[in-house]
Amino acid sequence: MLQILWDRREFFLTCLAEHIRISLTAVVCAGALGILIGILISGRQRAASVVLGIINVIYTIPSISLLGFLIPFTGIGNKTAVIALTVYGLLPIVRNTYTGLVNVDAGILEVAQGLGADGRQTLLRVRLPLALPVMISGFRNMVVMIIAMGGIASFIGAGGLGAAIYRGITTYNMTLTAAGSLLIALLALFSDWLLAKVERMANRRYGIG
Amino acid sequence: MDKVIELRDCSAGYGENKVLSHVSLTVGKGEFLVIIGPSGCGKTTLLKMINGLVAPTQGEVAVRGERLADCDLVALRRHIGYAVQGAKLFPHMTVEENICYVPSLERKMAKEEKKALAEQMLNMVQLPPEVAARFPKQLSGGQQQRVGIARAMAANPDILLMDEPFGAVDEITRKGLQEELQALQKKTGVTIVFITHDIGEAFLLGSRILIMKDGGVWQEGTKEELMEHPRDGFVKRLLYR
Repeated sequence: MLQILWDRREFFLTCLAEHIRISLTAVVCAGALGILIGILISGRQRAASVVLGIINVIYTIPSISLLGFLIPFTGIGNKTAVIALTVYGLLPIVRNTYTGLVNVDAGILEVAQGLGADGRQTLLRVRLPLALPVMISGFRNMVVMIIAMGGIASFIGAGGLGAAIYRGITTYNMTLTAAGSLLIALLALFSDWLLAKVERMANRRYGIG
Repeated sequence: MDKVIELRDCSAGYGENKVLSHVSLTVGKGEFLVIIGPSGCGKTTLLKMINGLVAPTQGEVAVRGERLADCDLVALRRHIGYAVQGAKLFPHMTVEENICYVPSLERKMAKEEKKALAEQMLNMVQLPPEVAARFPKQLSGGQQQRVGIARAMAANPDILLMDEPFGAVDEITRKGLQEELQALQKKTGVTIVFITHDIGEAFLLGSRILIMKDGGVWQEGTKEELMEHPRDGFVKRLLYR
């Protein structure tokens, strides 16, 4: 397998770069959208249960069929892959942002407000920093999931390491499939490790741990 | 005496569940008013009405002659200190950041300014300056409570609201804190409204004592007035507990 990775390094490198590009785009989209949704629903309990319910349902749709559903609207290729991955990535980040924000000690919030913070200041200076540990763990979850699921995206003509896996399957080349899978796994592990470092840094900044 | 805080016939709560009913109260400049009463009598709600955290369902509240219904609550709160039981410091901020919280809501503060303010306030509550860099969880309960008072006083407010601030600290620490609070009031002339359920604390600190029961003011007066003319058995039991 190392042999094949070395022999076809240019192919793998292109796939890896493409995989990173697609995943990163989806991570940025899902992260931004998810945190925004999480903040918006954190003050409205009814809306929260509706929104979380919808996102949960979307999550139960098999990824391959979600990609299929999207094809008539957005065609095949990277764009569709990014959309599908973004939609899947929403669940952990929305849920954790929401949970993190609503579980902030009510007494602390009352003091924050009672001392004269407006809504925006309360959110930025107290609520979000206190929710951060829970949000980061959701974010890590999301990143790993998006990278792993990115492998399926090549079934609808998107690039990425899934292309290597797919090609391996169609040509009965098990080594090629295994090599592609291994790279996805390594990429996911590496990202998770990197985010764990960020998490530790954030915790130190905020006096936790 | 200038009226700093005025509640006129205030009620709070929803429907049948009235937390406060028809409370009227005036607090003069420089007074140390202690509110005492059993749990659930509405004393915390009354306190929160003064800084607008709770809006009255009936009646009106005025602070420094301005009706709360007409003024900018956010701006108002920045000039009213607020300290609560257990201090409720912001756990993700250092002591210095906690102390500088209120002034930094209004304007961007330079590093040196923050440091100087933290040092000054820590000195006022008798904590050593090296505490500034620590996080709240690295402090003892009494130290946290001191920082809570420093945070409440940092923007130099002329009113200080305190909701059982010494409820969660041990007896010896409480003694020290009480003495410091008295000294602080003498020095700054700040008007204090202080909630407690400890009659000893009320007698020690209060220039006037307000006894609450079932969402209303039951009796008010100085220590001597209350001792000489307790309204009924309830007040007597409270006084001689």
